[in-house]
Amino acid sequence: MTKKSVPRKTKSGKPAARRKAVKKNTPTATNDELMEYYKGMLLMRRFEEKAGQMYGMGLIGGFCHLYIGQEAVVTGIQATLKDGDSVLTSYRDHAHMLACKIDPKLILAELTGRATGISKGKGGSMHMFSVEHGFYGGHGIVGAQVPIGAGLAFAHKYRKNDNVSVTYFGDGAVNQGQVYESFNMAKLWNLPVIFVIENNQYAMGTSIARSSSEVELFRRGESFKIKGESVDGMDVFAVREAAERAVAKCRAGDGPALLEMKTYRYRGHSMSDPAKYRSKEEVSKMRAEFDPIDQVKKRILDANILSEDDLKVIDKDIKALVSEAADFAQNSAEPHPSELYTDVLVAE
Amino acid sequence: MSVEILLPAMSPTMTEGNIAKWTKREGEKVSPGDVIAEIETDKAIMELETDEDGVMGKILVDEGAEGIAVGTLIAVILEDGENASVLDGITASVVSVPSAPPLSISAEQSDTNVTAPVTVSAPEADFPEGTGFSNMTVREALRDAMAEEMRLDDSVFVMGEEVAEYQGAYKVTQGLLQEFGEERVIDTPITEHGFAGLGVGAAMANLRPVVEFMTFNFAMQAIDQIVNSAAKTNYMSGGQIRCPIVFRGPNGAAARVGAQHSQNYASWYAHIPGLIVIAPYSAADCKGLLKAAIKNPNPVIFLENEITYGYSFDVPDLDDYTVPIGKASIVRKGSDVTLVAYSIGVKFALDAAEKLASDGIDAEVIDLRTIRPLDMETIIESVKKTNRVVCVEEGWATCSVSSEISARLMEGAFDYLDAPVTRVTNEDVPMPYAANLEKLAVVNDERIVAAAKTVCYKEDK
Repeated sequence: MTKKSVPRKTKSGKPAARRKAVKKNTPTATNDELMEYYKGMLLMRRFEEKAGQMYGMGLIGGFCHLYIGQEAVVTGIQATLKDGDSVLTSYRDHAHMLACKIDPKLILAELTGRATGISKGKGGSMHMFSVEHGFYGGHGIVGAQVPIGAGLAFAHKYRKNDNVSVTYFGDGAVNQGQVYESFNMAKLWNLPVIFVIENNQYAMGTSIARSSSEVELFRRGESFKIKGESVDGMDVFAVREAAERAVAKCRAGDGPALLEMKTYRYRGHSMSDPAKYRSKEEVSKMRAEFDPIDQVKKRILDANILSEDDLKVIDKDIKALVSEAADFAQNSAEPHPSELYTDVLVAE
Repeated sequence: MSVEILLPAMSPTMTEGNIAKWTKREGEKVSPGDVIAEIETDKAIMELETDEDGVMGKILVDEGAEGIAVGTLIAVILEDGENASVLDGITASVVSVPSAPPLSISAEQSDTNVTAPVTVSAPEADFPEGTGFSNMTVREALRDAMAEEMRLDDSVFVMGEEVAEYQGAYKVTQGLLQEFGEERVIDTPITEHGFAGLGVGAAMANLRPVVEFMTFNFAMQAIDQIVNSAAKTNYMSGGQIRCPIVFRGPNGAAARVGAQHSQNYASWYAHIPGLIVIAPYSAADCKGLLKAAIKNPNPVIFLENEITYGYSFDVPDLDDYTVPIGKASIVRKGSDVTLVAYSIGVKFALDAAEKLASDGIDAEVIDLRTIRPLDMETIIESVKKTNRVVCVEEGWATCSVSSEISARLMEGAFDYLDAPVTRVTNEDVPMPYAANLEKLAVVNDERIVAAAKTVCYKEDK
């Protein structure tokens, strides 16, 4: 989003329509929608902050990748989905689960490796799933979820329903080969899959410019005849609007779709990342000027829907909800040793 | 001058073919590029073209003739105006190709590998009294297994390269497209990593994909989706995400296809908790185990063997015939030494057992059928009787299935052993192309015989 796009000339010599990324007239929203997205994103933010604290206390082990800064992407897209749709992503997955309405207690209990966790404590931060909520992971290998997402879409088409698969991946995964194998099959067979590239501009520590010959990631589908769209991923309403178009197209049997979400993560790649590859100023500027939650908050206050004090009460309630989840996790037992050998194979 | 037309080998494993049709008749003019006949090979019906200008002089093998050996003189083309009298006395016969001049090293060079018999008798098994049998090839048995499961369950579908319109690169999926249509028999692009992952996703959504790899050599492109995505997800999700998928295709050495197309992956996949690995030999086991694999709720690696596709066996005529996963089969009873093998290794072991019998050694042959989980119980019961084990494997020895069996015998049957457990495997080199070197690299019955004699302390003097 720091990159300015130069309007391309069309054959007629007139400038082509400008891309959605720089669109400033944010779509209209009802008061209920504003409040819903505000609360949803705030829950993600507070949840991730709590996860960061618990990691620091040694309660969460291994890798832990926080979503702070990117909340508008999953919130805007999830608003367009319905029962029966499938969602999957990589290992930066906590917020996607919250967006799928999965109980924060079960997620935090998984992060802490407890028996009450959503994977019985056997998956951890990167490997969580909920068939009930249509959430298919939580995948730890960069890019591996992309063909799986195409397969979930294949199943929707095979069963002739109008559900879709939303397949999230990052700007790091776009350089993995199986992504393009998936693009090809998805278009060849018109699978109802929405490929969502969450471009937070850094694949671990390598900036997009240092890793990609084509940095306009929405174009990565062009040679497969998949038209892509670049979207301001910091604006939940811009995200929702683009997602509505993509989802409608896929439900109508005209998939796949490709959305590049220009977003930003405030924290390091994982908890163990010192983030020396970018300046503090860059991060501060993004927080100050483009924060997805602040953008919605401003609209709430400008429209006089709620007051600053009312919002403080909401924040307090959400913090309490997250603390309750943390207590639940910490007070849960670790898995029984007998769980070591369960679920390796499904008994017939 | 007249030109002799010999039946050509049209695939790496073709040793004989059928004359499906002559498209040129005697006396008819032929030009370069004309199709003169249709030949049915072990894989497909192929057109035989001529490079000659002339007249079809004499057809020596009738239309419809079957089992014509590669190299047989099947027709003669005359030059324009050439006198037909040159054809007098010519008959169909195999024209031998001169072999390469011998090397001066001789000991192992003189090893002769016995060619596979086309028909192999069915291993002993318990079938209900009065069960009828049909003789069929491994290829047909595999196809029937898929077709039966597709009839029973709408969620079963087949995908892979050339499985539909081409009827299978090795003809294993022949006829499935015609019966089940293109929604359930799906030609993929050449994109192993992609379609393996797509299949895993479809399985996670509770479809039952049967994913064919043209050969398992190409599945290395896809191994991350098999190991990290298919095998581990049920565990990582605390039992929520099932992955009922079968990955199948030929595995191991074929014939003269060199190092990149001749590898046995049984021990690679057997290493992974969360996978089931099956590598059957007989057509009956191929059918019964493939059906069991498709019904199974777990990811299954189903390793076939290209050379055995054309072998024929008796297959029981039973409705919905399945073979239990994880059970080895004693295919020959014996008391002196146990030969443990799987896939084509079973053939080598059975051939060796015949030779050993003539030397007074009574070998028991176990066909593992399933590699993971490994049926150690059957092996150990046999060891209690024979006290000697030779593991046979058409693959490398290091970290092999044979190594695993050997280790488990140390742990579980040490006191029953009267001789060291011995592994007879391929040589520890990439598969060479040259015919003589390939033969040296691959396990054979002579080596099994020698190993069995050693553990029986009956070495040839």
